[in-house]
Amino acid sequence: MDGLVLLLLIFVKSSNCMEKTGITGNHGDKIRSDCRVTLTLNESGGRQVQLESKVAAMYGKSIRILIDEVLDFYDIAHANVKLEDSGALPHVLAARLEAAVKMVSNTRKEFLLPFNDAERPRSASDRFRMSRLYLPGNTPAMMINAPIHHPDGLILDLEDSVAPDKKDEARILVRNTLRAIDFQGAERMVRINQLPLGLEDAAILAAHEIDLILIPKCEEAWQVQEVEKVVNTILDSNNSDRDIFFMPIIESALGVENAFAIATSSHRVVAMAIGLEDFTADLGVPRTQEGAESLYARSRIVNACKAAHIQPIDSVFSDVADMEGLLENVRRSKSLGFEGMGCIHPGQITVINEGFKPSVNEVERAANIVRAYEEAREKGLGVVALGSKMIDAPVVKRAEQTLKLAQKFNMI
Amino acid sequence: MDVVKNAAGRLVPKTVNGEEAIPYKGVGKYKPAGRKHAPAIASCSDFPLDGNKEVKDLKEALVKAGLKDGMTISTHHHFRNGDYLANMVFDIAHELGVKGLRWFPSASFPCHSHLIPYLEDGTIHHIEGSMNGPLGKYVSEGNMKGLGVLRSHGGRYQSIQDGEVKVDIAVIGAPTADPFGNANGLYGDSACGLLGFALADSQYADKVIVVTDNMVPFPCIPWQIQGNYVDFTVRVEKLGDPSKIISGTTEITRSPDRLLLAELTAKFCEAAGIIRDGFSFQSGAGGTSLAVGEYFRKIMKEKNIRARFARGGSNKYLVAMLKEGLLDYILDGQTFDLDGVRSMGENPGHVWTSPFTSYNYHGKGNFAGLVDVVILGATEVDLDFNANVVTHSDGYLLHGIGGWQNCLFSKTVILPVPLFRDRIPVIREKVTTLCGPGELIDVIVTERGIAINPLRKDLIEAVKDSGLPIVTIQELKEMADSICGIPEDPEHGDEIVAVIKWVDGTIIDSVWKVGS
Repeated sequence: MDGLVLLLLIFVKSSNCMEKTGITGNHGDKIRSDCRVTLTLNESGGRQVQLESKVAAMYGKSIRILIDEVLDFYDIAHANVKLEDSGALPHVLAARLEAAVKMVSNTRKEFLLPFNDAERPRSASDRFRMSRLYLPGNTPAMMINAPIHHPDGLILDLEDSVAPDKKDEARILVRNTLRAIDFQGAERMVRINQLPLGLEDAAILAAHEIDLILIPKCEEAWQVQEVEKVVNTILDSNNSDRDIFFMPIIESALGVENAFAIATSSHRVVAMAIGLEDFTADLGVPRTQEGAESLYARSRIVNACKAAHIQPIDSVFSDVADMEGLLENVRRSKSLGFEGMGCIHPGQITVINEGFKPSVNEVERAANIVRAYEEAREKGLGVVALGSKMIDAPVVKRAEQTLKLAQKFNMI
Repeated sequence: MDVVKNAAGRLVPKTVNGEEAIPYKGVGKYKPAGRKHAPAIASCSDFPLDGNKEVKDLKEALVKAGLKDGMTISTHHHFRNGDYLANMVFDIAHELGVKGLRWFPSASFPCHSHLIPYLEDGTIHHIEGSMNGPLGKYVSEGNMKGLGVLRSHGGRYQSIQDGEVKVDIAVIGAPTADPFGNANGLYGDSACGLLGFALADSQYADKVIVVTDNMVPFPCIPWQIQGNYVDFTVRVEKLGDPSKIISGTTEITRSPDRLLLAELTAKFCEAAGIIRDGFSFQSGAGGTSLAVGEYFRKIMKEKNIRARFARGGSNKYLVAMLKEGLLDYILDGQTFDLDGVRSMGENPGHVWTSPFTSYNYHGKGNFAGLVDVVILGATEVDLDFNANVVTHSDGYLLHGIGGWQNCLFSKTVILPVPLFRDRIPVIREKVTTLCGPGELIDVIVTERGIAINPLRKDLIEAVKDSGLPIVTIQELKEMADSICGIPEDPEHGDEIVAVIKWVDGTIIDSVWKVGS
C-alpha cells in the first residue's frame, strides 16, 4: 500500500513538473483586495478559466476579459487558469497574472495597463520629506488607500517587507501600482532590494515615473553609483528628463563611517536615512527608546548630510500604538537636526508632521530674519543685522525654509 | 407574484404571505385609519392570586400558551449572538411537531443558523425580522417557504401596535425577573441593559412568557417589563452566553482609513455648527461610529460644549462622556457593553428607552426627530442619496435595518462610508435595495470627499469655506468608478424572497432571489 502511494506521489510530482504551474498572489479569509492565480500551461485543450471572485456579480465579465488579454499578450493558447479573487483591482489582477506567466515561461515582456489620469508633478530635490510611509510591496490592500493619509512620501517597499520567494511578483505589483494609483501629491518612492537584486528592481521601475529610490544597507559610495548607472541607462533609453532622486539608508557601522562619501556619491542623492534596527544589530546592542546607543551614528549622519547639503532623515519608530513615545522621539530627532522620519503606519503621519512643525516662536523669528534681510537688501546694505545680532546667508536660508514649512502647515 | 411599482419606482409585491400589502407612497404620505390592535381582555381570576405564574419549564409554558400550527412567535435580540432562547423555543416546537410558524424576532444573529433545519422541515414557515449571516444567505437564495419581511425597530413596534402583526406568543428573555413576570435587563449573568425591544410584544401579544436565569422574589426592581402583561414565567439554567451577549464591537476602530472617515465626519459637524451647547447626537456602536463619538468628545472638551442628550446604543465611550459632564442624558435603546449596563443601573442620567418612545412612526411624535445629528452606516448610496443597509451589491441579505430607517428623521443625517470596500463601490447609480429615501439623507462622508444633498442648501452654505473636501455625489461615483472600474449591470432573478418595510408599514422595496 505504501509503495503504491509513493508511486502515485512520484507520478503527480512528475506530471506537475511537465505541466509547469505558476502560483502567485494571496488568497484566504484575511486577505483583501488581492487574488491568487494558479496558471498551468498545457500542450492542448484551449484555455480553461476558473474564476472565484467575491465581486463576480459586478466585475466577473471584465475579469474574464482581462485574463484573456493577458494570455493573448503572452501568446498562451492552452492553459488552466484558476483565479481566486478577494476584490483585487485590475492592476493587481494583471500583476498576479503576469507574474504567474513569468513563473512558467522565460518571457521578459511587460503587460502594462495605461497610466491613470492623475497628475504626477515632478519632485524637487529640496521638497519636504518629513513623513514617508512604508507600504509592503506585495500587499495591495495597504497601498490602495495610503495616499489619502497625505504623507510627504509613499514608499512601495520591495526589501524587508517582501518574502524572498515573492520578490519577483512584488516587483511587478509595485510597477503596476506606480501606474494605477493616484499618489495625491505624495512623492513616489520605492525601496529597492539590497544590491545586486536592487539593480534589477531599479531597472524595471525607473521607467514608471518614480521620484525617489531608497537604497537600503548602503555602506559605500559605489553602491549608489551602481544604481545611478542603471537609472541613467533607463532614463536615457526612454528619452526621459525626469529627475529620479536617491535616499541611501545607512544601516551599519561601516555605512556610518562612510556617511559623507555616500551623501556626496551622486547628484541624485537628496536625502540620507538611518535604519536603526539593523544598525543596532550590527553594533550588537538592543535598540532603546532613548536611543543613547545610536546617538553618535545619528549625529554623524546629520553632520554628513548637512555638509553635503542634503536632508538627514531619521529611522522609523516601531511601536505603532505609542503615539506619545513617537512624538517625543520626533522632537528628539528634530533637535538633533533630522528633517524627517519614516512611518510604518498611517496613524504616525500626523504625529510626525506635528513634531516637525515649527513653533509659533520659530515662525515669528524666521519672519523677522527674512524681513530684516529683505530690508537690508533694498537699502543695499552688505551686512544684515537683527537687533544686535548679525545674520549670515545660511541663517536666512534656514529662516526661509522655516517659513515654507509654516506655509505647509497653514501657519502663515 | 403580482407586483406593483411603488412611489420610489421599485417593484414590490401586492401581497405578502397571503396578506394584502401597501406599496410605499412617499415620506409621510401614508396615514392609516382605524384603531390600534388590542389583546383579549384578561381577568385576574385566571391567574394565581399569590402572583406566582412560574411553570415547570419552557415546554409547559408554550403548551399552556396554546402553541399550535401557523402561530406567530416573537423573540428578541437583546442577547445578540449569545442568545439561546429562540433556539430553545423552536427546538420545543419541533419536538411537539408544530408546523408553519411565523418567527417574529426583533433581530436574528448568526447563532440562529441553528434554526435553518426548522425552515427546511416546515416548523418555521418564514421569518419577519432581520436575516443576517447564514440565515441571510439561506433566504437570499430562495430557500425559505414564505417571504421574509424586514422592518426597522420602530417599524416592528408600529406593526404590532397597528395589528399588522398579531403576536400569538411572545417569549421574552429576562436577565432578572420575579415569578409575577416583572423583568429587567440590568442584573444577572445575562445582563444586557434593557428590554425595550420586547415592550410592544408584552403589551400586545395574546400570550406572554417571561423566561429568566435569575429569578428573584417579587418585586423585581425596576420593572422594565411589567408582570401585569405576563401569562407565565419560566426559570432556565442559562439564557445565553454572556461573552457574546455583550457585543465585541465596542472598540474604536484602529483602521487608519476608518479613523480618517470619523475625523472628517466630526470636522464636518464642527464646521457646520452642529456641535454647539445643548445639541444632541446619535452614533452607532460600530468601530467608525465610536470613533466619531470620540472626535466629538475631543471637540466638545476643547470648546467647553455640553450636549443635552445622546441617543444610544450606549457603550463605555458614551458612559465616559456622561461621567465627564459632557452630556446631560443618555437616552439608551440598546446597551453594548458592561459599562453601559452598569451605568444604566447606577446613573439617573442614563435612561432606558424603547422603540415606542424613540422610533414608532405611528405615534404622537417620537425622539428620532429631536436629534440634531445622527451618524449611520450604509452598504450602498446612490446618486439620489438613496441608501441601502440590508443587502450588499451582490444582492445577499447581510444586515438588519435596526433603528436605521427611524434615525433618518433626525435633523441632519450623515453616512460616513468608504468610497469602496475592496473592489465594491459604495456609491452606485442605483442602490441594490432601497431602505432609506434620499430626501432624508443629508451628507455622505467618504475618505476621498464629502457630498452634501443639494436639498440641504444650509449645510452647503455653512461649510463652503471650511477647507473640507466638498464634492458632488456624482464626483464621488466617478472617483469610485475610476478606481474600481464601472460595475456591470446587476443581475437578479424574477423571484422576490423578502420585502423591506418603510417605517409606516408600506413596502419600500423587494429583495430578489440571488443566483436565479
